[in-house]
Amino acid sequence: MADAEEPEKKRRRIEDLTDKMAVDGGHRISGCSWDGRWNHVRKFLERPGPFTHPDFEPSPESLQFLLETCKILVIGAGGLGCELLKNLALSGFRLIDVVDMDIIDVSNLNRQFLFRSNDVGRPKAEVAAEFINSRIPGCKVLPHFKKIQDFDDSFYRQFHIIVCGLDSIIARRWMNGMLISILSYDEGVLDPSSIIPLIDGGTEGFKGNARVILPGMTACIDCTLELYPPQINFPMCTIASMPRLPEHCIEYVRILQWPKETPFGDTSLDGDNPEHIQWVFERAQERAAEFSIPGVTYRLTQGVVKRIIPAVASTNAVIAAACATEVFKIATSAYIPLNNYLVFNDVDGLYTHAFEAERKENCTACSQVPQDLQFPPSAKLQEILEYLTENSSLQMKSPAITTVLEGKNKTLYLQSVKSIEERTRPNLCKTLKELGLSDGQELAVADVTTPQTVLFKLNFTA
Amino acid sequence: ATMAATKASKEQKYDRQLRLWGDHGQETLENAHVCLINATATGTEILKNLVLPGIGAFTIVDGHTVSGEDAGNNFFLSNNSIGRNRAQAATELLQELNGDVSGNFVEESPDKLLDNDPEFFHRFTIVIGVQLPESTCLRLGSVLWNASVPFLICKTYGLIGYMRLVVQEHTVIESHPDNALEDLRLDQPFEEFKNHTNSYDLDSMDKKDHSHTPWIIIVAKYLEKWLSEHNDQLPKNYKEKEAFRQTIREGIIKTDGGVPEDEENFEEAIKNVNTALNLTKVCGVIQLIFYHSSCVCRVFSLIHLPVRGTIPDMIADSQKFINLQNVYREKAMQDAAAVSKHVECLLRSVGKPPESISEKDIKLFCKNASFLRVVRCRSLAEEYSVDSVNKDEIASYMDNPDSEMVFYLMLRAVDRFYQQHSRYPGVYNYQVEEDINKLKVCVNSLLQEYSLSVNIKDDYIHEFCRYGAAEPHTVSAFLGGSAAQEAIKIISHQFVPFNNTFIYNAMSQTSATFQL
Repeated sequence: MADAEEPEKKRRRIEDLTDKMAVDGGHRISGCSWDGRWNHVRKFLERPGPFTHPDFEPSPESLQFLLETCKILVIGAGGLGCELLKNLALSGFRLIDVVDMDIIDVSNLNRQFLFRSNDVGRPKAEVAAEFINSRIPGCKVLPHFKKIQDFDDSFYRQFHIIVCGLDSIIARRWMNGMLISILSYDEGVLDPSSIIPLIDGGTEGFKGNARVILPGMTACIDCTLELYPPQINFPMCTIASMPRLPEHCIEYVRILQWPKETPFGDTSLDGDNPEHIQWVFERAQERAAEFSIPGVTYRLTQGVVKRIIPAVASTNAVIAAACATEVFKIATSAYIPLNNYLVFNDVDGLYTHAFEAERKENCTACSQVPQDLQFPPSAKLQEILEYLTENSSLQMKSPAITTVLEGKNKTLYLQSVKSIEERTRPNLCKTLKELGLSDGQELAVADVTTPQTVLFKLNFTA
Repeated sequence: ATMAATKASKEQKYDRQLRLWGDHGQETLENAHVCLINATATGTEILKNLVLPGIGAFTIVDGHTVSGEDAGNNFFLSNNSIGRNRAQAATELLQELNGDVSGNFVEESPDKLLDNDPEFFHRFTIVIGVQLPESTCLRLGSVLWNASVPFLICKTYGLIGYMRLVVQEHTVIESHPDNALEDLRLDQPFEEFKNHTNSYDLDSMDKKDHSHTPWIIIVAKYLEKWLSEHNDQLPKNYKEKEAFRQTIREGIIKTDGGVPEDEENFEEAIKNVNTALNLTKVCGVIQLIFYHSSCVCRVFSLIHLPVRGTIPDMIADSQKFINLQNVYREKAMQDAAAVSKHVECLLRSVGKPPESISEKDIKLFCKNASFLRVVRCRSLAEEYSVDSVNKDEIASYMDNPDSEMVFYLMLRAVDRFYQQHSRYPGVYNYQVEEDINKLKVCVNSLLQEYSLSVNIKDDYIHEFCRYGAAEPHTVSAFLGGSAAQEAIKIISHQFVPFNNTFIYNAMSQTSATFQL
């Protein structure tokens, strides 16, 4: 009996020890490890469970994948970006690139916790990377002090997952468009290996949202463009002659008085220059006094001129946490990812709501369906331009319209280059017929909101 | 000079949050002393989101030493601090975040402090307890309840986040509601407003004035006419409101050919008829507040609240708009002055000096009179006692066996497991399987003790063993943001805290709030 027991006991003892080690002991990877370092993470990678993703297989190799192979791109090193870098680093990700074109400002310090007052003026991406790499041994964050538009598809293709903490809808749409442009189709069927998941987070005061986008498969940014209503600007007649609110007085100075009086020479109004804001503030006070309007303050002036959105650490922490959880789920197949949109609001208690945003059949970005432009031949080109900018599903900023006429490329209108703008401006007053356009004509439209031109088909109405 | 410079630089640093809670809100933060018990990842994440916005001081109470695990999921514990006391190590790196904040630590377990010096906790503005076992929570809960110190309990357990707020009575003057109705009093126009509307004669105005008359005046004018023709009865149902809108529509200037001109102000009037005719009444919640607390607006509780004094922007020329705005502002000031007088009397009658409640506070109160909120949480003792457990709430949510309520019950069961076995289930790989049955026993004894006839699926029991009491960073960070903001609400008395149990499920990115 004793002899039979021994090998069984021995086997169990060894198993026990190995099990204990598997949880307690760190794998000696890259020499940046200590006992128990990844215990909290490994329970989700090395144990089976009832709620895991159908593709999930517990394995000690998953951690290795995170530590040594999985490449993540973080876009933005601000309120969300700092949180994302921390969250990813402490979840086992080490190969992280971060892109941000901004430098640090003192007003960032209340929430962008990787920066200190000494860092003001330095590039966010660089300081963030330095801090994370120094605080989290083994983490290799690579900074890029650049705009996202400075990179082409060859840069973006190298990443397994991209996570955005941007503060601009234009930039989001551009990123969205980039990932859609690198999708490959085999005889009309999407090749899943060309999909780079995009996790997108956004916050404003006490509200935030996080979404999971699988380009070509799930709703993209442009599919739900109506969720981002265009910014309301005050009507010019109110600003010019009928102010009622302190904001109207401030806008008057910014839009009309500054260009007229050029108080600091030929420089444009710089919201970050306290002298400029002080000038606007004083003139706005004068205008307000003229109309007996109360409420013009320095803080309000700055807020209006810079279009400041209030921000706190807590909302960014919540949204970045949700985003990082999704990155982890997708990278490891540990759980089924969010499908696909989460909203959060903690003004009154805490409110979350997760729902599936639907793809738009004729989405300008991801549907591959040429967009329909319905206009009579007597319509002026100006009307098409207005449609492209004002339509809530398009919301283009300064579209450049080109077409092919008599076998040659012709620019119908382009705003961003002064000489071309002047040359093509008369076209705006011409009718589509006068411009030589015919029914079914294809117009190629380029805009900052997308890295690829969008094709439109002209459909003449009566 | 240095004080002014510091103030200016703080204004710049905190600019983005001052736009949310104002200078007075910031002041409450800077006077606050927060206690954090246990500098685990969840704890330090919560504290980070309080240090960054500039609370006055924090004190970390923690008797543990930093383990390898701790240094692996916590941004504020480096591997160099392994073996050192956790409170001390975390304080260093949290303090470094913001020089305006004063950081302290106590290398002691909360149980020891409760044994030797429970009044230690009385000094804090709020106590945040993280990853605490049930017995400590209950002991601490009782001390803090009796001392009226708000207590926020937080726990990250695998992919589940949990928060429990314990505060006897928390009043909120500035709740900042997202969708507040305007306070225009069109159904009960006050004297000065009536005089102001009488100064307008829509029929004799020139076109420019007609098109730039504020919609509030337009509705008031047409309402006056309607009331005289309908026996002083306001339009009540859809049919009547539509008829009323039509009278306004007919007031739009027409060209010689009978085509209505473009009068945006009239369109605004028509659009706003629905909400403009809301009856001015004291809403139910406010009545409750007046009845229960020694609120100074008792005098108004039977009639109406002080006029708010603000109007929304609308199409109008500057002068007409400002004049109308001033009518409301002046009435609001009058009402606030009347309230002030009554406050003075009340204070005198209870032997308190009239300056005990400032003018500023009275004005703030009056401006927010429609939005006052009170949050009263049940004590932990009430939640846990068999006699007062909220069976109905638990059972009704568990009608859906996948409701977030199941995680609340699992956390209670896990606490029970800890009490019995002095460890959490499934910490080591080899324990996972065998602990499932042990945990199930705890689940059943919990349900039996509270006579809860609910069904908890085996999958959840398995999952909670699988978690092995892990505290993954991203879930800690989610709770870190959530809890910090609730603490800020408690400290600043702005915005409304949750009541009283919050569960976050990171697997499905869902959450729920229960009142237990």
